[in-house]
Amino acid sequence: MRHAHNILNQLRRELRIFIPVSAVSTVFFYVMYRDSFASNLIYSLCSTLFIQSFIEAGRYGLSALIRKRSPDNQEAQRNWPGWGLMAPWVVVSGVVGYAAGHLLGDWLTDVQHASITITGNPRAMLLSMTGVFVLSLGITYFFYARGRMAAMETRTETALRSAAESQLKLLESQLEPHMLFNTLANLRVLIAQDPPRAQAMLDRLIAFLRATLDASRSGLGSHSLSEEFARIDDYLELMQTRMGNRLSRRLDFPDDLGRLSVPPLLLQPLVENAIKHGLEPTIAGGWIRVSAQREGNTLVISVRDTGAGIGGEGAAGLGASPPGGSRFGVQQVRERLAALYGKSASLELVAASDDEGGTLAIVRLPVS
Amino acid sequence: MKATVLIAEDEALLAADLQAQLTRIWPDLHCVASVADGKTAVVQGLALQPDVLFLDIRMPGMTGLEVAQALAEDWPDLAKPFPLLVFVTAYDQYALHAFEHAAVDYVLKPVQPVRLEKTCARLQAALQQRAQSQAPGPSLDAAVHTLRELLHVDAARPQGKPPAASPLRIIQASVGNTITMVPIADVLYFEAADKYVRLVTAKHEHLIRMSLRELQLQIDPECFWQVHRSTLVRCDAIASALREETGKLTLTLRDHPDKLSVSRLYADRFKGL
Repeated sequence: MRHAHNILNQLRRELRIFIPVSAVSTVFFYVMYRDSFASNLIYSLCSTLFIQSFIEAGRYGLSALIRKRSPDNQEAQRNWPGWGLMAPWVVVSGVVGYAAGHLLGDWLTDVQHASITITGNPRAMLLSMTGVFVLSLGITYFFYARGRMAAMETRTETALRSAAESQLKLLESQLEPHMLFNTLANLRVLIAQDPPRAQAMLDRLIAFLRATLDASRSGLGSHSLSEEFARIDDYLELMQTRMGNRLSRRLDFPDDLGRLSVPPLLLQPLVENAIKHGLEPTIAGGWIRVSAQREGNTLVISVRDTGAGIGGEGAAGLGASPPGGSRFGVQQVRERLAALYGKSASLELVAASDDEGGTLAIVRLPVS
Repeated sequence: MKATVLIAEDEALLAADLQAQLTRIWPDLHCVASVADGKTAVVQGLALQPDVLFLDIRMPGMTGLEVAQALAEDWPDLAKPFPLLVFVTAYDQYALHAFEHAAVDYVLKPVQPVRLEKTCARLQAALQQRAQSQAPGPSLDAAVHTLRELLHVDAARPQGKPPAASPLRIIQASVGNTITMVPIADVLYFEAADKYVRLVTAKHEHLIRMSLRELQLQIDPECFWQVHRSTLVRCDAIASALREETGKLTLTLRDHPDKLSVSRLYADRFKGL
């Protein structure tokens, strides 16, 4: 069904060029030879039919050959073998198609026209061949341009889709459903047991959700370091409600750094990794510390946890984090840093060097 | 109807709420223990032998599925019937797919009372049926069958690291300052030992710092068979599989006196022709 539909579509495209070309050539030859309009129409239709068939057969055949040899050839993918092959083929198609068209025309009109035209009048011959070539080139160019346009459309479409996909992935990584539903489950319990605490937790969740949505929508922009720490604190407070005394946290930065601007929620994936892959999988839990300091013209922010550590087992298998979750977070931070600051910013992820173990992430940003 | 339940959930508020909701719906359901991590769940499950188990999927120590697997492997033959399982999860597409596939009961967090009532009704019906038949055998067989299905689906999920294109050929085992290179072809079996994996060759044994699960992703599963949650054995190192009267399967090796026991979950590998 789909196949038949494709063939019909292709025939419609061929007709769309066949009709105007035949019409133009009919007028052209009628003006040139000034004989019967009807016979000119028949000859033009026959010649155009043959020439177009030859050109198209060559276009598809040569493309198929190229695809066989190098399957990655972009042009051959959309049935275009390249002008290098097509130009000589158009000449051949023009000559052979014109001659074949005239033979068919002779047979249909029952006169010997072809031989007279071809042998008798070199000037008229030259003129009509020029017309034939111009029209043949026209046919070829039509399909060439059409293919290019279609390819460009697909490319734009793919680019748009992948942009939308990556934005969705970003949002999902920041608004991890597992965290969201567990938080809601805790809220549901607290509403009955301890309404003031439920309200406080809800306020934290609202602030966190708003910041996450804003950050994923604009992506760019910036907010102050104290704002960034406040949002991280919201997230950690939500985790605190869930993990109880398995989690302790400390966030600190010198007061004079509070106004420096940083990309919104830049630290979020690092803090989330520290919880999700570091502290949550361990039975005893541990602590997380987020701190900032200034070293000359560089703002140094570190996220340290005492969890399972890099290469730690974590929770694997059914119910564990989605594949590549932590790597996606780290990669996302790196990409944002690279896009915003080029080589003057960096993210370093190392195993913590003291006895308490865990992971240390260090972000360095230029102070603007 | 009287029954006992064990709740394994790492978040204290949620565990208490689940217990309260269960008591409200099913007053005769006695909670024998509420534990906060996977390892304790296994120990307490074996010790207390409850009728019903509510297992959170993501827990520290072991996942809910690993707990179920460990219990099924270690459940004593002459014990009470194997507990009815209910998994609890906040969000996990793969797990849900697996539960649907293996027809395992599950509830989603936040736990909705209506859903929990349905689950309790199903559990009561199953326990009633069980009380009439009396024999412990079928319950364990059914659980083993279900868990095999779950593990099967679980094995098919995309893992954090894609399976290595070329399987590991050499294992570097370090002792002090020396690193010993052990060709994978010399390894008879791997055994999980806490945070390490014990690697046994015909003449030596080494400890490597890696989880069995990580290792499993890097070796050829056709060559190394899993016979227990903590054992991978090279299949051509196996000399024989002996079935004892109790139904227990034990493997003997070609070049080593060690005997390895095959757990119920993997016993279907050895069929004999």
